[in-house]
Amino acid sequence: MLALQDLSVGYAKTRGAVLEAVSLTAERGSFICVLGRNGAGKSTLMRTIAGLQAPLAGAATLNGEDVAAMRPATRARRVAVVLTERLFSPGLKVDDVVSLGRQPFTSWQGHLTPEDWAIANNAFAQTKASAFRGRFFDDLSDGERQRVLIARAIAQTAQLMILDEITAFLDLPGRVEIMTLLRRHARESGAIVILSSHDLDLSLQLADTIWLLDGKGGFRIGPPHMLASDGAIGVAFDTESIAFAPALGRFELRS
Amino acid sequence: MARVATSSIALGAALAALALYALAHGQITLSIPEALAALFGAHADAMTAQIVVDIRLPRVLTAMLAGGALGVAGVLMQALFRNPVADAWSLGLLAGGQLGVALTVTAAAFAGPAAISFLTLFAGPSITVAAAGGVALTAVFMLTLGRRIGAITLLVVGLMLGFTAQGLTSVLLHFAARAGGRVYGGWSDASFAGVEPASLPWLTLPIVIGVALAVATAKPLTSLLLGETYAKSLGVRVTTLRRLALAATVALVAPVVAFCGPVSFIGLIAPHFARRLAGSARILPLLPLAALGGALLALAGDAIVHAPWEQHFLHLNAILAILGAPVVILILVFSPAVRGWR
Repeated sequence: MLALQDLSVGYAKTRGAVLEAVSLTAERGSFICVLGRNGAGKSTLMRTIAGLQAPLAGAATLNGEDVAAMRPATRARRVAVVLTERLFSPGLKVDDVVSLGRQPFTSWQGHLTPEDWAIANNAFAQTKASAFRGRFFDDLSDGERQRVLIARAIAQTAQLMILDEITAFLDLPGRVEIMTLLRRHARESGAIVILSSHDLDLSLQLADTIWLLDGKGGFRIGPPHMLASDGAIGVAFDTESIAFAPALGRFELRS
Repeated sequence: MARVATSSIALGAALAALALYALAHGQITLSIPEALAALFGAHADAMTAQIVVDIRLPRVLTAMLAGGALGVAGVLMQALFRNPVADAWSLGLLAGGQLGVALTVTAAAFAGPAAISFLTLFAGPSITVAAAGGVALTAVFMLTLGRRIGAITLLVVGLMLGFTAQGLTSVLLHFAARAGGRVYGGWSDASFAGVEPASLPWLTLPIVIGVALAVATAKPLTSLLLGETYAKSLGVRVTTLRRLALAATVALVAPVVAFCGPVSFIGLIAPHFARRLAGSARILPLLPLAALGGALLALAGDAIVHAPWEQHFLHLNAILAILGAPVVILILVFSPAVRGWR
């Protein structure tokens, strides 16, 4: 179980807190989508929960353990991340990337045991990324790369998986496939999967729970239908030109 | 793993064969049995023994050590900078090391005869330390710069920095020589031939330390190939890792600069051969392959330089450029391994 206790996230200096005093819990096996406009603090929140950034106040705990206080090696066994940043790494093979997911479990040599390879192979199968094996990571398309990075995160067998706007580069079928895959992974492995996304429609359809950041420091949590019908989505996303229509479950142009 | 073992054995065998060839051939050609006999001190006349043991053996050992060190350092630097054309030569570390030595020698020359004789007395260690200072400063500078500018810009800056440092080195040594500080002689070109047998430990010791550090940092360095954030999420303490890998690079490169000068291309292409042979970019399996490949390349270059040409020797860096530069061009233009990076 993941619990946030009065968690405030943000930056120590000028930018200050992005979100303050968030408290919530998330059960094993749940698939959570984090929604909010650019700059609402999704990434900051997710980085903090992943232990990549220190909280300003409060704590995120995973099964009672404070994520920020874990030893890096321990945290690496519990929390996996997939990021949107487009990185290049000359010479890196697809197998290298996925086997890196096992690194927190290997000896100092980083050598994978047959059990480690079995887990990696399973991750390849789940993400339908087996066909890319043997190729260079840099040689893949955006969608293929995301699959490989997700396979790496699955191979990490973490209790918490955090994915930051990873569907941004993908087309609609690609996004649907990735999101259903992640939801199935949450169900089957019992991991908590938290995905930030700009994909309102899909998130509302697929998520068990939505975390909604309104960009003014407000935070709402709830099942998709509730946040859609009570107008919270509108508060977070409506602009002068578009408005969320709860009845239709999508945005409409204001005329 | 099997691939790495097979390739290592093949490279090792090639290296041994080439070393034997290099011991036997030169201005005076010996047969392999003659060279072996001289090497092991059996039934050899004094002159043959002198040629093989005193002249050729130190050179062959130096070439293998320096080439191996540059190959391993190349693997570390290409991972540290996530740049397929990073190496101690291309990013200006070698030139920085030369400048470090030149500054030390010049300072000693102007400080007077006592400083010079001190420097001469401890020529091995003092020159290595001076080179290490220059290499380390350049490496830290490039690493800081590398976080702000793109990989290709960094490469150009590295090359320019190298030219600047080499120019300064040349000018400094000129004035040092006039002030009577001709401690350090030739250096405009790289060479494996100038190392006295007595200096070999000063070449070897830092390289051994550097290799040990490289082996120790190989696993976390592999996850740094995915970038800093992923490395952090995999439990790597990135700042510590950077420092250790940097220390390893300095330990590997500084003695090579100090004793052999700016040996080009080996550190740049040995890691590419190693990755190709290993079929992977994981650091640990690359280390033996890059070390052996680097040693092989260095020894091959040296064998060409010291082949019995009429009257004179060729320049090592000229040979290395002819062997190395086309490979770099091929890698950059055609290799799928660097496609995204292009």
